[in-house]
Order: sequence, then structure tokens, then C-alpha cells
Amino acid sequence: MFIRQETVEKNAILMVVLTLIAISVGGIIEIIPNFTIETTIEKVKGVRPYSPLELAGRDIYVREGCYVCHSQQIRALKDEVERYGHYSLAAESMYDHPFQWGSKRIGPDLARVGGKYSNDWHYGHLDHPQALVPESLMPRYAFLAETPLDTTMIGRKLRVSRVVGVPYTDEQIADAKKDLLTQADAAADNEALLKRYPKAVQASGKAGEPTEMDALVAYLQVLGTMADFGSVEPAKIRR
Amino acid sequence: MEERLVMSDITMGAMAGHAVPHARAVVYNDNVIRKFTIATMFWAAVAMLVGVVLALQLCWPAFNLGFSFTNFGRLRPVHTSGAIFAFGGSALFATSFYIVQRTCRARLWGGEALHNFIFWGYQTFIVMAALSYVMGYSRGQEYSEPEWHLTIFLVIIWVAYAIVFIGTVLMREEPHIYVSNWFFMAFILTVAVLVLGNNAAVPLSMYSAKGYTAYSGVTNALIQWWYGHNAVGFFLTAAFLGMMYYFIPKQAGRPVYSYRLSVVHFWSLVFMYIWAGPHHLHYTALPDWTQTLGMVFSIMLWMPSWGGMINGLMTLSGAWDKLRTDPGLRFSVTAVGFYGMSTFEGPVMSIRSVNALAHYTDWVVGHVHSGALGWVAFITFGAMYYLVPVLWNRKGMYSHKLMAWHYWIATLGIVLYITALWVAGIMQGLMWRAYDQFGFLQYSFSESVNAVHPYYVIRMVGGLCFLTGTLIMIYNLIMTVHSSTTERQPAVAGE
Amino acid sequence: MPTKIEKDAFSGRDTTGHEWDGLKELNNPLPSWWFWTFVATVVWSIGFCIVYPSVPGISGYFGGIWGYSTRDAVTADVAALAAQRAQVLDKIKDVPIEKVRQDPTLMAVANTAGRIAFANNCQPCHGAGGEGRPGYPVLASDRWIWGGKLADLQQTITFGIRSGHAEARQSQMLRFGVDGVLKPEEIASAADYVMTLYGKAQPSPAAAKGQAIFAENCVACHGDSGEGKREVGGPSLKGAVHLYGDTREAVIAQITNPRMGVMPNWNARLDAATIKALALYVHALGGGEN
Ligand code: HEC
Ligand code: HEC
Ligand code: HEC
Ligand code: HEM
Ligand code: HEM
Ligand SMILES: [Ca+2]
Ligand SMILES: [Ca+2]
Ligand SMILES: [Cu+2]
Repeated sequence: MFIRQETVEKNAILMVVLTLIAISVGGIIEIIPNFTIETTIEKVKGVRPYSPLELAGRDIYVREGCYVCHSQQIRALKDEVERYGHYSLAAESMYDHPFQWGSKRIGPDLARVGGKYSNDWHYGHLDHPQALVPESLMPRYAFLAETPLDTTMIGRKLRVSRVVGVPYTDEQIADAKKDLLTQADAAADNEALLKRYPKAVQASGKAGEPTEMDALVAYLQVLGTMADFGSVEPAKIRR
Repeated sequence: MEERLVMSDITMGAMAGHAVPHARAVVYNDNVIRKFTIATMFWAAVAMLVGVVLALQLCWPAFNLGFSFTNFGRLRPVHTSGAIFAFGGSALFATSFYIVQRTCRARLWGGEALHNFIFWGYQTFIVMAALSYVMGYSRGQEYSEPEWHLTIFLVIIWVAYAIVFIGTVLMREEPHIYVSNWFFMAFILTVAVLVLGNNAAVPLSMYSAKGYTAYSGVTNALIQWWYGHNAVGFFLTAAFLGMMYYFIPKQAGRPVYSYRLSVVHFWSLVFMYIWAGPHHLHYTALPDWTQTLGMVFSIMLWMPSWGGMINGLMTLSGAWDKLRTDPGLRFSVTAVGFYGMSTFEGPVMSIRSVNALAHYTDWVVGHVHSGALGWVAFITFGAMYYLVPVLWNRKGMYSHKLMAWHYWIATLGIVLYITALWVAGIMQGLMWRAYDQFGFLQYSFSESVNAVHPYYVIRMVGGLCFLTGTLIMIYNLIMTVHSSTTERQPAVAGE
Repeated sequence: MPTKIEKDAFSGRDTTGHEWDGLKELNNPLPSWWFWTFVATVVWSIGFCIVYPSVPGISGYFGGIWGYSTRDAVTADVAALAAQRAQVLDKIKDVPIEKVRQDPTLMAVANTAGRIAFANNCQPCHGAGGEGRPGYPVLASDRWIWGGKLADLQQTITFGIRSGHAEARQSQMLRFGVDGVLKPEEIASAADYVMTLYGKAQPSPAAAKGQAIFAENCVACHGDSGEGKREVGGPSLKGAVHLYGDTREAVIAQITNPRMGVMPNWNARLDAATIKALALYVHALGGGEN
């Protein structure tokens, strides 16, 4: 099948069709197998959907564009593994809509920042990064602590997440708001919350008045803490 | 007005050393082109100003001002969208509409209303997108930040653009389709496919601007960089090559160097670009086989990219002396040089072991701006200096001296920008992986933050130079349109 | 339109014969260096795809004849690095911490390991030189809440303070104001008294009342004269250095609703040898006790 350029150049429709074919091949060959090859997403225990407060915090992370300065993807290189921890697995971001791997490190990688600092530190740091880290280039996010978190959509957020593939249960969706308020309040009883969302870290907010900062801190505190690396078999995650 | 413009165009053709063998019956529609030209200049100033503000914020974070809507994370997409889609996009609409009519000898397809819809629709899209970012709506994927409702709006405008452009090509009087139009068509089609593929999302509700991306994690990453890399490949490369293939031969008054090279490099470029996206994801959780394909296709992309450079530069053989007399041509030719440089740098950075160092650092940002400032902006400036006198029926540019000033100050700006970031980026990469004699990491992250500060200041100064040059150009273009010194013969003057 | 092939006067080459708006094209061949470089990149790429993982199918992919995997490679790299460091780190790990301090060669290793671990993990709270921040204690002075001996430091760093770890150091100042244990006037008097302890206020009737309140409520943790009690992590209130500030407002705020700062446990993130190195490094910052 050899079509002469002479012919193509005189026939706009033919040119359109051939161009569309030329630009489709690579995309199809690269993208489709990543959905169909099973090893693409490793089998790892522990990775769970975000709790309602973490999800709300994640939306703030996306909204503020933290990804323009911070990656969440530890590459499989020894210095990165040493600096930030185990290289990131595909399974760890399988419930991330959108993914937040980032492409630039103006600040450090955050893939495993969960648990590295206290809640207090995060509140203080987001309020005024330079007060804690003088050389920081990070903007102040003090306004987040003064902005009440909009919780009206939280049930919907879980439901729509389920539409795009996150396995939330009916129960989790029904109790979304309750779970959110529990996690935002440091003093609330979190037993039921932990059963549904193991390792969820309570923010240090006030009862019934969650702020955007509370949500963001809850999200940061869970980053990288879910996957159980004890369940990882090295031979099975070669890809 | 329109008849007058066609005449002026014939005169320009004659000026460029070409006999125009037949009188044209076609009346071109240049109204929409003039509008897009003005928009190009406006967005150039806005996008570069925001770029300088960002550069300033990275030197001294107090310039974030502490407001939600002025912080770096929200402003950065205003800059990237503003530079690529507002400035670059408007320039592409203007030049593609200009070129397609001339090279097809056909009036722009569709009525004035449709053209106005495209213009105002696109400008509205840009303004709404920028406002949405500062107000806190973002999809959180680079170069693809507009939420779902704006995506739908964009797709409608883009379909209209495709219809108008391809419609004009179909109505052409010339039997052959000119090479510029191959590139423009590939650009229009591919961008449509990319946006539709990458922006798939489910809104929270019909009344909410927020939506969740249809894909997640590793497949989301792959599709995002399939989009992102080809936004570079088709928006910032193929389309601007279309621009180059018209203006350089026009300005130089020489035939395109090699038709055969055009054919081979066009088809290999459009075929291979699509594969290269995974070079943005080396060593990540993307499977190895995908990374390998991304890397080898990036390397194979080197020569197809350089085909455009060779055709651009060799077209000047026999006309190099024009560089001395036509500062506009100087921009176009320098642009091709930077194009060659960044399409060599790109394949080098795609090599996995090189990318291990370069990724996440300022080297990437330096690479971006050698392409963005050196290639995209310079080729546009060259086109603008050619187009504005033609579109507004003027004898020539108001001031050649100011053009020269623009050229030198902008070139200085680029050199400062990219050399500073080469040093900063490679230094970051080396510091992050440096080990001491006992085998422990040598530097903390914050030491690398401290170390790049001086280079960020140099970059900011470079950006300021570039912005100053742009403002000089805008002044010069406005004076070209308004000053009495650039008027043509009284017979055709006057509104 | 006229389709006629012309000869370009400058290069002597033919045009293709087409013309658009005055634009023509020469029929030059592909530059041969261009063509052969292109071919070379294609050949190289094919070779690369044969040796490395490359071509996908629907349920698997071709793994390449070299059997390369990024993840295997990094695992090997990390292991090699660990082996290299083991030569020095193992010595630190096995030698009692006091002995390490007395051995200059081992101490040199501990210092370099400790310095980088401190900069990457501790500096955000305690400052680059251990100079402290409001709420985060100074580590470079000889004032210690929990103790400045090597063993104390090792214990603190390993398990943290109020970190949630079962072996974390634990202490809880009562919320005297919030929980209504003391009335606001009582808290104010107590503050007046506390301020005399570090010479920021003169003795006064209010301070005298505060002293009584202090004796009743505070000595259990802060000691009879506010000198601090390390067993319960009650900081000394006498010195010039303060966790939360030395103003009256700061002291009142602390008594009303103590912050109870958290220090993470590092045993989850760092290995034992690194923590040992950190203890030695912090010890050497200026305030280490013997
Ligand atoms: C202009 C760039 C910039 C932006 C935007 C930015 N950061 Fe940062 N961030 C930094 C820099 C630089 C550091 C390192 C210095 C420091 O700790 O402050 C940092 C550090 C951090 C750390 C500490 C990481 C560690 O391991 O020490 C966290 C957590 C963090 N940022 C979260 C965020 C969040 C959440 C956002 C968005 C709401 C954000 N950052 C936006 C630049 C930025
Ligand atoms: C999230 C912030 C944070 C980080 C990170 C942190 N610390 Fe601390 N550290 C604290 C706080 C808060 C205290 C005081 C707790 C208290 O007793 O009230 C403390 C106390 C200490 C103490 C006890 C001081 C005393 O007076 O007894 C030592 C020693 C110490 N830290 C060392 C370290 C080292 C070493 C690291 C890094 C590996 C580190 N810290 C990282 C917050 C932090
Ligand atoms: C159960 C133990 C306990 C009791 C009782 C107690 N404290 Fe404390 N106090 C602490 C601890 C632990 C800290 C460090 C806490 C922190 O990090 O917030 C502290 C810190 C302080 C500080 C801040 C020290 C600084 O360096 O900034 C002051 C002031 C203080 N206490 C005063 C009092 C007074 C006054 C009372 C009695 C009314 C009292 N405390 C009773 C345990 C106690
Ligand atoms: C053959 C041509 C090119 C290749 C193979 C190439 C390759 C690359 C590579 C490897 C990266 C770095 C990815 C990373 O490590 O994060 C990159 C980034 C980038 N390049 Fe190129 N490049 C080419 C040409 C260009 C041109 C002409 C431009 C135009 C202006 C351009 C714009 C960009 C942009 C905007 C990014 C940043 C993407 C991000 O946000 O991370 N590239 N390119
Ligand atoms: C005055 C001129 C300009 C200045 C001062 C400037 C400055 C900046 C700064 C400070 C950043 C952020 C870098 C970072 O996050 O580390 C940036 C990013 C970017 N700019 Fe510009 N810019 C200018 C012009 C342009 C132009 C004309 C274009 C495109 C045509 C452009 C395209 C981009 C892109 C694509 C990025 C994202 C790069 C990446 O993610 O790797 N810029 N610019
Ligand atoms: Ca980027
Ligand atoms: Ca003609
Ligand atoms: Cu790319």
C-alpha cells in the first residue's frame, strides 16, 4: 500500500485521513496495553480509597497547584530511594483522579511525607513556610486556615469517584459527612473511622468547624503511608 | 478595505522579489486575522509579565503576597496557558488564516459570523480559563488545567476552526496543498484528538465546575504525557513549522530548499512524535517497556525535527545578505536556530540516564524556554513584523532601529534565561545524587534550594529583558499602524 | 495555474513547478548526512528494543534479551550502597554508643551520617544548627527536657515524644484553663510567678499568690522551684530559653491550653545505625551531657 505524495497533496480529505492514521498508531500501541497488561498495577496490600477529609484535602492540593512545585513520584533511582523512601508503585496512585506525580521539584517530593512531621508542624509550615524553613520558596497558605471547608459536596465526591473507578461502598458514601467531621476533629472518637479508613490521621481542627487547612493536613499525613511493603514480592513487581 | 489589502499584498509579493503572474480575483478576509494579531500582541505582554512575576516569586517568595489568587501555584498555569494557548494560539490562528487563504487562493471558508465566533469564543475561553485558575479551579494536569465545562467550550471552538481551515483547503484554487497547510492540518486534528482523549472527566454535578479525571494513576500519567508531549509536538512545533514554511521563504524571497525533505520530515515527524510522551516518565511507576518506546522514538525524532531546521536555514542560501537589511528575517532565522537547538537537547534529555539527572530540575524549564522564547516567540515576532504592515496597509515597519533593539535585548534575555537554568538544573541534579566519601548523601534538599537562588535572579533578569523587548515591539507595531510616516500613497490611504 | 519547472539561478536546481502566492520549492534531494543519521537512529532504536523491554502485547510484553528491569537494577544499586556503607556503619551499630564517641574515626562517620540525616529530617523543626523554633526545642544548648545523655537522645529519637508509638516519651500537662481546673485570675497569678523564675518579673503580691498555686499544681512536673523534672518531661521554667516564649501572654496561653508538641518516632523511617549517628550528632551540637 504505497500512496504517492502527489496524490495526497491534491486531496485534502485523503491527507486528513492519513494524518489521523499516522498520529493514532503510537498512541494505541502505547496506551491500550497499559490498561490490559495485569502487572501494570502491582498487587499490594493496604492501598485504600481516600477518606472523605483526605479526598477534600486532595482537591485543595490540586486546586492550589502544589504539583507545580512538588512531585509525588519517587523514581527507581538509589539516591531518590534513599532520600524519600521506597520507590513509588503504580498501585499507590491507583485511586488518584487526577494523578499528581508532578514534573518539577522546586520543593521536595511529597510521596511519603505522611507521618514525617506532626500536624502542628504542617499547620505552622502552611501558615508561614519561611518561619520554620528560612530558605523555603513556598508561598504562604495562611488563608486556608480561615476558610471553612465546603462539606456540602462530599457525598457526591465519593459517588463520582466511584463512577470513575474508586471502590467506595454504599456505606462509606452514606457516612461521608460524618466521617469527615470525625477526622477533622482531634478530640472525636475515631474508632469507626479507622475501621473504614485504616491509618487515617485526625487533623487538629475544632469540632464541627473543619477548615480547608484541616483537610489538606489530613491528606498530607496519609501520603505514602498506605502501602504495606511487607506484602510486596520483588519478583512480581518487575515490569 | 479588503480590496485594498489584496492590492497591498500583491505589492508585498513584488517587494519580496516575486512576479505575481496573475491578477487575483479572490478577496481575502483579513478582519479576523487583524483581530487575532492584536490578541497575539496583548497576550504576549500578559503572559510574559506573569512569567516575570513567577520568576520574581521564585527569587523572593514574599512576592506571592499571601493572597490565594496571587500565589505561585495558581499563577503558574496562567503563565503556561497564557503563553502557549493565548499568545501562541492567537498567533497561530492569525497566521494560519492568513497563509491558508494566500496559498490556496481561496477566501476563508464560512461567513464573518463564524470567524467572529472563533475569535471571540477563543478569547473568552482564555479569559475564563485564566480566571478559573486564579479562583481555584484546575484539573491539576499541566497544560490541561481547564475544568470540564471549559473543555467542552474549547472543543466547540476547535471544531469550528477545523471546519473553517479544512473548508478553505477544500475550496482551494491551487491544485496542490502547500506544505504549511500540511502542518496546520496535522496540528488542528491532533490537538482535537489530544484534548478529547486527555480531558475525559466526570463532573460532580451539572452545576459544579469541578470534575474527576476519568483515568487514574499510571494510566492517567501516560495519557497526560501523551497529551503534554504532543501539545509540544503539534502546538509548539508542527504548527509553528507551518508558520515558518510561509514567512521565511517570503522574507528571504527564495524558494523552499527541498520539497522532498518537506515530505519525508513531515510524515516522519507526525508519526513519531506521538510515541515520545513516556520520556516524561522515565524511572517512574510507568512500565519499563513503555519508557523504552518513549526513549527510542524521541531519538528517532531528532532528524525529522531537524528536517524543518534544514529547510528553514537552507532556504536562505542565496539570500543571507537580507539578514543585514531585514531585522524581521533575523528573528525568523534565529528562531530556526533555537528550534534546532531545542530539538537536539530534547532527544538528549530523553535518554534514560540523562533524564535521571535532568528530570524534576530546572534544566527542563531551561529547555522549555529555549523552545518557547527562542523558537515559538521569535518565529512569531518575525511573522508579526512581516504581517502588521501588510494587514494594515503600511509601507513598512515604523522603526528598524527599534526592531534591532528588540532583537538584541530579547536575545540577551534568552541567553541569560537558558544558561542560568542549565547551570541551576544540572547543579540541582548533581547535588541531589551526590555522595560523600563514606557513601552518605552529601546535600540536603534545602541546600539545593539555597544554591539555585543566584541563578533564579539571573533568570528573572533575563525574563525582564525579554519582556522589555516585547513591549518595544508592541510600541513599534502600534506606531506602524498609527504613525503618518508609514502611510502609503494617499490614493489608498485613509479610513 | 501555471505548473512549470524552472531552474533556480542561484543554486542551479530545478523547482518542483508548483507555486503558491509566489512561493516555490526546489527539488533538492535529502541531504545525505541527514538521511544516514536518520537511518542510524532507527537501526540503533531497533537494537535497543531487542535488548531492553519494549514491544507490548495485550497481556504481556517483550522483556528484552538482556532481561533488564529498572526495579531490579535499583534494588541491586541500593544493596551495593548498603554493602559499601556496612563497612563503616556496622561498626557503629555494634560498638556501644559511648565507645563510638571516643573513637575519632568512627565519630567522623557518625558525623557525616548524622549531619545529612539531620538536615533532611530534623532541620525543618529544630533548625539547621539545632537552634530551635517556637514550639520546637533547641538541641544545641545544655537545656534538656528529656535529657541530654547519649542514651536519652537515642531513646527520644527512636521513639519520639507523644508520637503515638507505644514506647514514645509521654507526658501531658493538664489543660488548666480549658478544663476549668484553674480560674483565669489564678492562671494570671501563676504566670506572674513563673515569670519571676526567669527574672522577667519582680516578686509581687500576685506572684506570691501564684507561688501557692504553683506549689499545688505544678511542682509534680516542673519541680519544687521550677527547675524541671526530666522523668516526666516537665521542662525547666528557669532558664532563658523557652519552648513557647517568655511573655506573659505566652505563659498564660500555655497554662490555659498547653500545646503538647509532637516529635515523630524515627524508627519507622530510619535504621538503627542512622539513629545512633543522629544521637551522636545532636550530642555534639553543643549541649551533650555525659
Ligand atoms: C513555589 C513553590 C512551592 C509551592 C507552590 C508549594 N511548595 Fe511546598 N515546598 C516548597 C519548598 C521550596 C519546600 C522546601 C522548604 C520547606 O520545607 O519549606 C517545600 C516544602 C514542603 C513540605 C515539606 C516537605 C518535606 O519533606 O520537608 C510540605 C509538606 C509542602 N511543601 C507542602 C506543600 C503544599 C501542600 C502545597 C500547596 C498547598 C505546597 N507545598 C506548595 C515549595 C513550594
Ligand atoms: C515535626 C517536628 C519535629 C521533627 C521533624 C523532629 N523533632 Fe525533635 N522534637 C520536636 C518537638 C515538638 C520536641 C519537644 C517535645 C516536647 O517534649 O514537648 C522535640 C524534641 C526533641 C528532642 C528532645 C529535646 C529535649 O530537650 O529533651 C530531641 C533530642 C530531638 N527532638 C531530636 C530530633 C532529631 C534528631 C530529629 C530528626 C531525626 C527530630 N528531633 C525531628 C519536634 C520535631
Ligand atoms: C503533668 C505534668 C505537668 C504539670 C502538672 C504542669 N506542666 Fe507545665 N509543662 C509540662 C510539659 C510536658 C511541658 C512541655 C509541653 C509542651 O510541649 O507543650 C510543659 C510546659 C510548660 C511551660 C512552657 C515552657 C517553655 O519553655 O515555654 C510553662 C510556662 C508551664 N509548663 C507552666 C506550668 C504551670 C504554671 C503549671 C501549673 C499550673 C504546669 N506547667 C503544670 C508538664 C506539666
Ligand atoms: C525532538 C524534539 C524534542 C524532544 C525529544 C523533547 C524532549 C523533552 C524531554 C526529554 C523533556 C523533559 C521531560 C522531563 O524530564 O520532565 C522535555 C520537556 C519539555 N519540552 Fe521538549 N523536547 C523536544 C522539543 C521541544 C520543543 C521544540 C519544545 C517547544 C517549545 C519543547 C517543549 C517542552 C516542554 C514545554 C517541556 C516541559 C514538560 C513539563 O512540563 O515537564 N520541547 N522535552
Ligand atoms: C518573559 C518571558 C518569560 C518568563 C520570565 C517566563 C518565566 C517562567 C517561569 C518562572 C516559569 C516557572 C518555572 C518553574 O516552575 O520552575 C515558567 C514556566 C513555563 N513557561 Fe515561561 N516565561 C516566559 C515566557 C514564556 C513563553 C513565551 C512561553 C511559551 C511560548 C513560556 C512557556 C512556559 C512553559 C511551557 C512553562 C512550564 C515549564 C515546565 O513545566 O517545565 N514561557 N516560565
Ligand atoms: Ca512541568
Ligand atoms: Ca500562483
Ligand atoms: Cu516531551
